[in-house]
Amino acid sequence: MIRIVGLHKSFGLNRVLQGLNLKIEHGETLVVIGQSGSGKSVLIKHLIGLLKPDKGEIFIDGIEITRMKDDELRKITRKFGMLFQGAALFDSMTVAQNVGFGLERYTGYPAEKIEKLVKESLAKVGLQGVEGLMPHELSGGMKKRVGLARAIAYKPEIILYDEPSTGIDPIRADAINDLINMMKKELKVTSVVITHDMVSSYKVADRMAMLYEGRIIEIGNPEEIKSSKNPVVQQFIHGKAEGPIENW
Amino acid sequence: MPLSENMHVLLIWSIVLLKLKMFHRVRPSLFFEQLGELGLLSFKTFKNIFKKPWEKKIFIQQLEEVGVRSFPVVSLTAAFVGLVFGLQTYVGFHRYVGPGSEAYGGPIISLGLSKEFIPILVGLMVSGRVGSAMAAEIGTMKITEQIDALFSLGADPNRYLVVPRMLACFIMLPCLTLYGDILGIGAGYFYNVFIMGVNRFIYLKNTLLYLELWDVISGLIKAAAFGIIIAIIGCWQGLRAEGGAEGVGRATTRAVVYSSISILLVNFFLSKVLPTRLG
Repeated sequence: MIRIVGLHKSFGLNRVLQGLNLKIEHGETLVVIGQSGSGKSVLIKHLIGLLKPDKGEIFIDGIEITRMKDDELRKITRKFGMLFQGAALFDSMTVAQNVGFGLERYTGYPAEKIEKLVKESLAKVGLQGVEGLMPHELSGGMKKRVGLARAIAYKPEIILYDEPSTGIDPIRADAINDLINMMKKELKVTSVVITHDMVSSYKVADRMAMLYEGRIIEIGNPEEIKSSKNPVVQQFIHGKAEGPIENW
Repeated sequence: MPLSENMHVLLIWSIVLLKLKMFHRVRPSLFFEQLGELGLLSFKTFKNIFKKPWEKKIFIQQLEEVGVRSFPVVSLTAAFVGLVFGLQTYVGFHRYVGPGSEAYGGPIISLGLSKEFIPILVGLMVSGRVGSAMAAEIGTMKITEQIDALFSLGADPNRYLVVPRMLACFIMLPCLTLYGDILGIGAGYFYNVFIMGVNRFIYLKNTLLYLELWDVISGLIKAAAFGIIIAIIGCWQGLRAEGGAEGVGRATTRAVVYSSISILLVNFFLSKVLPTRLG
């Protein structure tokens, strides 16, 4: 279980997170929605230790991680797999080396076993025969799938998805949504999805949380979010230019 | 060090800081903030050298990138500097001491090249070739979240990216410098002996008599220091790159400018600190 208590983070004068509280249950898929620049990516980067908060605490399975040193934190990050917005594949490595990277670091398995697990992970995301390709030879959708294969290869307990449907066409985005649901069903992982794509949100979410002005202002299952009385939530989920949220 | 010398060093540092501030229009607070960042990165990198796992594959790749691939540019630089230095010492001795004294140019060429010119020129060339590439590669990785991905997959970005580059530069710069010394001194010899007809025995005897092993070693020590500077500044600029392609471009330029200035500065201080026997 993940518990975030009173998280604050500023970059210069820009106060991104202002006392954010959130609880994510084991095995659920929580979708965090919010405008671009509202701090969604900042939030998940805190979960994995990429950013340190100015104030507040994060508990992963009861262990507080924000004050951990990098070496201790690495034992916790082993529990996480992350799909980055642009997939963040290492462009000097082949697909197989990308997918096997975490396996090598976290497990120390011999090369033959890593090769087998790489193939299995790629097959889970529907890719075969691409092991020797370089990232620049892949399409946007394939990159995302390789990124997901890399994130699940070492069997993490929690998968973080940063804008999984951004930058790809609606059909490929839907295929990614199916993969997110499949990961949950097959691997029984906890998922945290950051997005502003409402179609994807409704398809994958067990619960949804709306991030606005550095705090979670509404949380509930998709039906509860749809019927929320909060005008900010209504404006966002219906994608209206007019309303309490400033456009620019 | 006597007080007057301390004042002298202090004055030079003040001028350098002032120049840097003028050229880059930086706030003093920002300048010290960046100096702190650089200091922290250096400290972390030196601490991580001894920590396992060692990134052997990346280290070997970097040895090739920094060392083997710099051979052509170092060869050209050393050969032509040796030739031109040989030419000017020949002219100098001929003009001021008189005909027949040109064979005394050997020790001067060897000393000047091995202690100063070759380490500096190798440093500047490698900073242009390798330091900029490091900043560009790491900067691109930073803006495309590949460094975050490294961290999320259990690799320490400092241990993975900075340590192997720093060690490779630390090892390869002295190797390149030694190679450049041999080539440069050989080019000076070639010009004087084969082109200008200077007596080869006297030239060689003078060179071997007055050039000391320490002169060459002190040049190699400088080169090792320049290697650390090039790698740390290149990686530092890459790691702080932001704002897309423009940011990467800026980081690359800064990496070359900062490391070149630092090489010239550190060379002066090392020349002062490293002992030189006069008699």
